[in-house]
This record gives sequence, structure tokens and C-alpha cells, in this order.
Amino acid sequence: MITEALVLSAMIFVLGTFGVLVRRNAIIMFLCIELQLNAVNLAFIAFSRLMGIDGQVFVFFVMTVAAAEAAVGLAIIISVFRHYKTVNVDNFKLLRW
Amino acid sequence: MYNALGVSVQGGQATVETASQFQPFFPGLIILLPLIGFLINGALALRHAQASASAVRLGGELDLGDHLPPTHTLPSYVAPGVMLVAFLIASVNFARMFSVELHDPHVIEYWTWIATGAFTVKAAIQLDQLSILMTMIVTGVGFLIHVFSVGYMRDDAGYPRYFSYLNLFIFFMLVLVMGASYPLMFVGWEGVGLCSYLLIGFWFSDREKSDAGKKAFIVNRIGDFGFLIAMFLLFGMFGTLDFVPLFSQAANLEYGSGLVTAVTLFLFLGAAGKSAQIPLYVWLPDAMAGPTPVSALIHAATMVTAGVYLVVRSSVLYALSPIASATVAGVGVLTALFAATIALKQNDIKKVLAYSTVSQLGYMFVGVGVGAYATGIFHLMTHAFFKALLFLGAGAVIHSMHHSLHRTNNHQDPQDMRNMGGLRAFMPITWGTMWVATFAISGIWPFAGFFSKDEIIWQTAAFGGAAKAPYPMLYQVYWVIALVAAILTAFYMTRMMVMTFHGASRTGVEEVKHLHESPPVMWIPLIALAFFSVVAGWINVPEALRETFIGLGPLTSEWLHHWLEPITEQAHHIQELNLGEVAEQAPFGGGEVTWALVSTTLALVTVLASFQFLRRRNVKVAAEDTELSGFSKVLYNKWYVDEIYDRLIVQPLIKSSRFCWKVIDARVIDGVVNGVGWTARALGFVVSMFQTGTVNMYAFVLTIGALIILGVSVF
Repeated sequence: MITEALVLSAMIFVLGTFGVLVRRNAIIMFLCIELQLNAVNLAFIAFSRLMGIDGQVFVFFVMTVAAAEAAVGLAIIISVFRHYKTVNVDNFKLLRW
Repeated sequence: MYNALGVSVQGGQATVETASQFQPFFPGLIILLPLIGFLINGALALRHAQASASAVRLGGELDLGDHLPPTHTLPSYVAPGVMLVAFLIASVNFARMFSVELHDPHVIEYWTWIATGAFTVKAAIQLDQLSILMTMIVTGVGFLIHVFSVGYMRDDAGYPRYFSYLNLFIFFMLVLVMGASYPLMFVGWEGVGLCSYLLIGFWFSDREKSDAGKKAFIVNRIGDFGFLIAMFLLFGMFGTLDFVPLFSQAANLEYGSGLVTAVTLFLFLGAAGKSAQIPLYVWLPDAMAGPTPVSALIHAATMVTAGVYLVVRSSVLYALSPIASATVAGVGVLTALFAATIALKQNDIKKVLAYSTVSQLGYMFVGVGVGAYATGIFHLMTHAFFKALLFLGAGAVIHSMHHSLHRTNNHQDPQDMRNMGGLRAFMPITWGTMWVATFAISGIWPFAGFFSKDEIIWQTAAFGGAAKAPYPMLYQVYWVIALVAAILTAFYMTRMMVMTFHGASRTGVEEVKHLHESPPVMWIPLIALAFFSVVAGWINVPEALRETFIGLGPLTSEWLHHWLEPITEQAHHIQELNLGEVAEQAPFGGGEVTWALVSTTLALVTVLASFQFLRRRNVKVAAEDTELSGFSKVLYNKWYVDEIYDRLIVQPLIKSSRFCWKVIDARVIDGVVNGVGWTARALGFVVSMFQTGTVNMYAFVLTIGALIILGVSVF
């Protein structure tokens, strides 16, 4: 039972990571990060079956932080879009050395 | 143990009694008064500096005119006044000490100056036979020189500044001689060095004069290094630097041990610096750049004798080390001869006296080097009188010459004896008193120098003849050199007197009209010093002389020896224990009386013969004088010692400093510092290349990093 849950979690996580690395659309990358977070949440839930309630508590924290992050992240993406009329991250190279 | 009256005193009990009987009379005030004088004169000097600065700002110069401002009249009373009161207080203390026959030193503690763990130094003064004698000399001669300065410096713009320095000097000199421990003595030691520097460079706008001040200061630092090392060693050996406990412990040391020799040699390095002995004498002739009364006070009578005082103060240690004592005497006798040869060919009146001082200081070191500590102090005292007199006399001559050359707009050197001659007619008092001093320094009976110098020479012979004397041959050589140097002394002093006061005038027809005798404020100190130059020797008439010649009357013989016995008895005890009694006979030619007669006759004959010879000689004025050749030129150029030092020490030092600056500092150290900065910037530049702005790349690197950490933590 736990093996399956962890394999699923790992698959989702790799999928998310892959998405972050290869996609250029900021919204997609953002969604992929959410995917990674939820993969981790899944792993926490799975382990909490074996090791007690702590994992589930942690999941709540992750969700709270993810919500906050979504609010801030989406706000940034919207204001960047208003400026550039695009959300392709290849265009956002102004802040460099 | 005998006191001065010849009454036997029973050891400890009696001394406790006498110590309690001695009532010091405001001894702290002796030190404090010159300090107060310094503060008052210093305040006046600052006020005067403000006044002249504002005058310059307004586009003119401060004109003193005939009505001198208070900044120029007050110091005339304050500076000699504090000296007179200090001298009187010192005299009262001396009289009280004399009447109660003090044995143990009387130490008065004021406060704790340094308290760090095992090391404590108290601000304390020590009243004993030596310190009170030195205090009397410093304040007494100092007072006379202050009075002379009132006349000599009258027209100088820096008048209040001059007296503030002079008072400060006396303050430090008194700390030096009255301090009850080595560190306190060192405070005075450094302080007088500072004042010497300030006064040599008194006319600091003249580059040469300020350089002379720096030279004195730097050469003295070399000696101070020795003094410091010696203090560290002493503290390591005894755990204290206070005189009383230190010397009582020192008597238990092993005779001739290496540590004592090291301490005493390091102390002597300090003494050689301060008292201008070979190899550190070079600063003293240059110190003549200062005003002449300063040369009299600091560079003849008081400060330069501090080294002799140091050796006598540490006599217990020196008595324990035959090697160090032989070194002291050897350096002294070589200096006496060497400086005397240079003095033979100098034309600057002050240079002659400067080398003469170096030579006489050499004699003092011979005295203390052969264990005759009281005799060393005796010569110190008589020398303070006659050398101060000679310098003040020279000052009067220079003063007069300067005025006459100044009035006639002649730019000749007022100190060059080739421009003088025949001054006797214009300055009879100066002439007479300076002849007294010349007889005294030459060692002619009955003047003061005879008793002191002759005794040093005799003690050298006697010490070499002691039963178990170390290196007896060496002391015989010393003795012969000392005799030769004494004859040279008589010669160069006569030469100076003849060139200055006798023969035809070479000053110039117009200039001669302006030559004059000094005002009374200047010649009264000369008379006073001349009086002491005659009588001061009689306080210490050797026993043998007194027995041989009837008519010395009720005078006590060897009074000074008895007076200083509490200071020197420990050293003499050590010496007698290890070396045996000193000899009664010289290596050849009889005993003390014979040699006293021989040396005074030699001196008198030299003076008379050279007077007759030199008087007929035709001296050319400085402007027309031809250059010397051969050995005379070597002597005139002071054996080229300054040039040799320049080659061997100064130039290599400058070169190595330049190397340190241009290569070590500018290249290596700056290179390392700049290199570190440059490397950091270069690395930063390389690393900053990773900031591409591509978010995916960041994510990729982040992932790779996470994988690496994961990999490391798993495997």
C-alpha cells in the first residue's frame, strides 16, 4: 500500500520538476511547482500512516504556505504580464549582473 | 663604622635612631617649585605666542621695544626665584642631614604610581647624602645659570619659552636625582632628554639647529635602550626596582657573575648615551647649537653627569663586576684622551668646551670605574662649577661679539676664536674668571680641579696596584693615558684662552668699538662660580696631602668621602673583600704626594709654556685662514667620526629604510593587500557570469545541487 503511494508521489514530483525545467510559461512553471508540493504532501500522508499524525500536520502547513505563495506568485506574474504583455520567462532577463 | 666625627657607632640600633631624628624640610617642594615655575612661564610663553601671532596676522612683527611686556619681565623673576627657593630648601635639608648624621636613606612615599601584580612603583623620593648633594649642585649652579640667562637672553623673542623649558629641565633633573627607584629615575632621565632636545633646537627655524636636537635625542635613545634592558634584568633578578631593597639584596650576589656584568654593562650603555662617552659622544658637540647658558646648565654641569650619578647609585652592582668596572674605566679614559685630542684643533669656542666636557666626563667614569665612587662625584661637583663658569664666560664673549658684529652688519661667526683675540681689554671680569676656571680644569693647585682630577688619576694607579686587582697592567695603561690627557687639557684650554683674550685683536677696526663687558646680571654669576672653582676642592683634601703639608689648617680631610660613605661603603666592602687593599705606591715614582706634585707641575708648566708659545703665534682671521693639512686636519675634522658613523650606520640605515619603504612596503605589503582585493573581484566577476537571468537555468542548477546533496547524504 505505502509503496504504491510513494511511487505515485515520486512520479508526480518528477513530472513537476521536469515541467519547471523545460517549460517557459511562468503560469505553467508555477503550476508545476504546485505539483511538486502536492507530491510531497502525498508522501507525508503516506508516511503518517506508519509514523503518526505529524505528517498530516505538516501537510496543513505546506498547504498554507502554498496558498500564500500562490497569492504572491500570481500577483507577480500578473504585474509582469501587464508590463511585458507576455509570461514567457525567457523575456525576463533584465535583472542580471 | 665611623661617622664624620670619628665616633664609633653601633650598627643597626644607632642608624634607626638617626633615621628617626632626621626631619626633612619640605623636600617635595624642591621638586615642585621648578614645575610651578614651568607652568607660570609656559603660560606666559603661550600668551606671548598668541600676541606675536596676531601681530603677524596684522601684517607686522611684534616689536618688543624698550618697554618689555609682562611676558618678558615676569620670567626674569619667576624662573631664578623658584630656583633660589629650591636651593635654600635643599640647603636646609642638607644642614639637617649633616647635623643628625643620617645613615640609612630617608624615603618619602607620596602615592603609588604603577601597581600591576608583582610590579609596583611608588612615587617616592629618596633623601640621602648623594641625592642631597646632587640636588644642591643642580639647584645651586642652576640658579646662577638662570640669573645669567636673564641677561643673555634678554633680547630674544622666545624669552618666556626659554625659561619654561629651563624650569622644566630642572624639574626632571631633580626627579632623576631624588627618585627612589630606577623607573622614577628613568622618568627624569627621559624628561631631561626631552628638555635637552627642546633647548638644543631652541632656535628651531634654523635647520642645522633643529637637526642637532634630533641627533641628541636619537643617540640618547640608543643609551636608553640599554637602561631599559638593565631595568628588566634587575626586576627579573630582584623582583623590585626600588633602590633600598634592591641594593640590600644585591650584596648577596656572587662576585663577578655573568648576570651582574650584563646588568651593569647595559646600565653603562645608558650612562654612555647620556654622558656622551665613546661611542655615543657625538651628540654633545652638536648640542652646542643651543643657547650658551643651556650648554652650561645641561651639557656641562648637570644632565650629562647623570650617567656618573647612575653608576655611583648602582655602585654595589658595579663593585660586583670587575669586567664592567674595567669597561667603564676603559671607555672613560679613552674618551678623555680622544676628546682632548679633538679639542686641540677646534676654532669654535663652544666646540672646544664641548670636547673638553666630553673629556672631563671621561675622567669621572675613570674614577667610578676604579671604585673611587666618591671621587667621581667629587669631580662631577668641581666640574659643574668650573665648566659652567667656562661656558658662561664663553657665553659672555659670544654675547659681546654678537652685539659688535650685529651693529656693524658683519656676518662673521661670533663664536669663531680666530675672529677674537685681545678681548681681555674689553672684558676684564670675564677674562679673569675664565682664567680661574682654566687653572681649575687644568688641575693646578690650589684650584678645585686639582683635587678632584688628581685624585682620579691617583686612584687609577692605586687600584691597579691592589693585591688581587683584576688586569693590573690594564690599569697602568689607563693611568698613563689619564696623565697624558691631563696635559692635553692644560694645552687646549690655554690655547682657547690665548686665542680669545690675548694677542692682537682680530675682530676688525669698526667692530672693536662695540665690544663691551657684560651687564652685572651676567658677571655676578661668573664671580660666584669662580669663587667655588677655587674653594670647592678643599672639601676633599686627600689624607696623604694633608699629612705632608702643614698649614692646611683645621680643614677636615676627605670630607666628601666620609659624607658619601653610607652610599659607597657597601661597594667598598665588596671591593676590599675580593680585591684587597688598594696600593700605596704608583707602579713607579712614588706615592700619592709625589704624583700630585708631578701632575700639578706638569699642568702648570704646560699652561705657562703653551701660553708663551701661543701668544707669539700669528693667528689668521677665519675668512683668510688656509685649510689645514695632515694630522691637524684629521683632528680638526674630529677624526672623521661623524663621517664614519654616517657611512657605517646612518647611510645603511637610510638605505635599508628606503628598501623597506620602496620594496617591502610599497611592493610586498601593498601588493598582498591589493592582490587580495583583486582576486576577490576577479572571482566575483567569474561567478557573476552564472547570473544569466534565465529562470530555468536557475531551477536546473538548484535541482542538480539538490541531487548532489541527496547523493552525498545517501551514499
